[in-house]
Amino acid sequence: MTTQTPQKSPLDYFPTEDEYQRLLDKRTRRGTAVRITFLLMLAVAVVGLGILLYTIIDDSFGIVAVVNENEPEDILAAYGYDPTVTVLSDLNKEQLVEVLAGSISSGVGRRLEREQRFFADRLVFESQAKWDEVCASDEPPSGCGGGVRSKADVVALVEERVIAPDIIDASRLTASIFNPQRFKDKVEADFLTNPDRYEDYTFDQVRFQWRAWFSWKFITSPASDKPEIAGVRTAVLGSIWLVAITVLFAVPVGVGAAIYLEEFAKPTRINDFIQTNINNLAGVPSIIYGMLGLAVLVRVLEPITSGSLFGDGAPNGRTILSAGLTLGLLTLPVVIISSQEAIRAVPNSLRQAGMGLGATKWQTVRSQVLPVAIPGILTGTILAVARAIGETAPLILVGAAGFITVSPSGPFSQFTALPIQIFQWTSLPQEEWRHLAAAASLVLLVLLLSLNAVAVLLRNRYSRRLT
Amino acid sequence: MTDTPDATVVTPPTTVPNPGSGAAESGTSSAQGTGVIETENMDVFYGDFKAVADVTMKFAFNEISALIGPSGCGKSTVLRALNRMNDLIPSARVDGEVRYHGANIYDPSVDPVEIRRRIGMVFQKPNPFPKSIYDNIAWGAKINGFKGSKSDMRDLVQGALEQAALWDEVKDKLTESGLSLSGGQQQRLCIARAIATQPDVILMDEPCSALDPIATLRIEELMLELKENYSIIIVTHNMQQAARVSGKTAFFNVELDTTGQRTGYLVEFSPTDELFTSPRMKATEDYITGRFG
Repeated sequence: MTTQTPQKSPLDYFPTEDEYQRLLDKRTRRGTAVRITFLLMLAVAVVGLGILLYTIIDDSFGIVAVVNENEPEDILAAYGYDPTVTVLSDLNKEQLVEVLAGSISSGVGRRLEREQRFFADRLVFESQAKWDEVCASDEPPSGCGGGVRSKADVVALVEERVIAPDIIDASRLTASIFNPQRFKDKVEADFLTNPDRYEDYTFDQVRFQWRAWFSWKFITSPASDKPEIAGVRTAVLGSIWLVAITVLFAVPVGVGAAIYLEEFAKPTRINDFIQTNINNLAGVPSIIYGMLGLAVLVRVLEPITSGSLFGDGAPNGRTILSAGLTLGLLTLPVVIISSQEAIRAVPNSLRQAGMGLGATKWQTVRSQVLPVAIPGILTGTILAVARAIGETAPLILVGAAGFITVSPSGPFSQFTALPIQIFQWTSLPQEEWRHLAAAASLVLLVLLLSLNAVAVLLRNRYSRRLT
Repeated sequence: MTDTPDATVVTPPTTVPNPGSGAAESGTSSAQGTGVIETENMDVFYGDFKAVADVTMKFAFNEISALIGPSGCGKSTVLRALNRMNDLIPSARVDGEVRYHGANIYDPSVDPVEIRRRIGMVFQKPNPFPKSIYDNIAWGAKINGFKGSKSDMRDLVQGALEQAALWDEVKDKLTESGLSLSGGQQQRLCIARAIATQPDVILMDEPCSALDPIATLRIEELMLELKENYSIIIVTHNMQQAARVSGKTAFFNVELDTTGQRTGYLVEFSPTDELFTSPRMKATEDYITGRFG
């Protein structure tokens, strides 16, 4: 639509119909190009995450090359079973205990029995007199409390102590599925080229079997120096304790500080200064918090963090409490900032409505502002806690134990945590530990996802209640 | 508190002196005796900026008073100064006096929380709490120390909803969210909520500006009913509305000072029929005849 008039009309400054069509095409193309670019960026992120997950899962399962000290077939054959159709758990409990007793030293047997009895009606390794004496002592072992080992438990013991598998090499999941022969050839070649490497084993003894490094047994077993039986129970419990202390410390303190800053603080210079510093603290590297935790919580506040102030406690301040509070401090600025954002997002009209009815500031905040802000506060807390659960550096400084088989029993226990355990295992040279580290990473991811799921459920419940 | 749903007895505040003391005759007001709220030489500042200058007026008991005027003339500011809602803005400051039942509400000894419970407020945009309809109304009573039983509270809620002409529409869904109602219903819910704390003045800040004509009509009818028991002060952009509901109307105008600051001031405060038929001031006449604003 062009009109040729001597006098310029506003329309003359706009493109002609043809020009406009060209321009429009160009604009549309540019929009499409930008959209595709953003899609590619998203794809990069998704592919990155996918590769990460693939690597972890790939290492967590696969075929392993095992040499057994005793072959299960031999054990079965000794009891007259046909090894081709029966498995170890087809033996009855008496037979299994007999197999066990035949292989382990009487000292180990007594220790196992004191942990938990094999049979309710008789003792296997211990004499009745000695048993009564031990149980009458000041600190009776756990076996005196009753309870009998289950058959599955005995099977596990036989597998661990009698069959005593030694994993000499391991393969990854995809390689195990698509080309298992290559792994077998590689192990055989290793035996040929480097016979000293496998001590007194021969290739004929090697068995190839599937192994899930990531399994329920892995999660429930304590740490061990044998990769065949090592698990992450202590690390998982340590991480759960740490998260609990972190949340208990950082959420009330952080939300309280955020409420004060948003609702009560006047915009004075001091408050501005505090606000700026909180924002800066959120960006401080976590190792700095570790140094803070070491200097203040572990050293200065040792009487409190070791528990010695409250009776008997740990020998030093390198406890779950110190580490949890360190992670809490690390998390605090993020919790404060995200809670502030959530509180700020609550429409002012609700505050006015509350105050207009003759409510005090706190009544209004408590009943009208906070319920609306809680979903946002929870979202920020989820992110902050997710960061804390994966932190390694501050825990190393505060003194997480690298190898610990005793489960933490309270805030004053020594501890290890999943990231520490993963870090430890990845630094060991043998192939098996790398698979364990991958499986532990998977456990960490699962733990993280389930904690997040709980928080998201909570958040959704609150959001639903509001609308 | 009240046991019967329709009991709307206004209890005079105990902590404020009886009406009569220090009631000054205002220059532009023609009312006799004392009013429920009186302002004297009231200035409202936001920081250094003087938003409203020298307002002296007297609001009568059980009457609807309307505040009209062009945008930016400070009528909402004046309204919010009457129950200390301006306190919520950190930079706001009020000079002069605002007397409620004869006592200055800006006296340092006065707690604004108590003032706001006596002088309720309905806002421009309906702002029910994101809670159930029942809780929307019960909350105000609860936080103000309602001592009655559960059934007393139910009666109070029902009474407030009946007074706000909303009961029949919501009696079957009291547990549903206040946000599920339509705009007009939400605004009546807000009025019911304000009534439930037993105030004796209700301030309304353009209560119908977000509503359609039918909802507006309902609110206006409601105001006329409420007038029997409450003193109502309403800010409105709608001159017809002021003419329809109010007994007295105040016209505010705005003037530019030499630095370009806009300061509102009261032009005249007269009985509504007088103001619309024979305004005393030229500025009022220009405004109501549509010559500006």
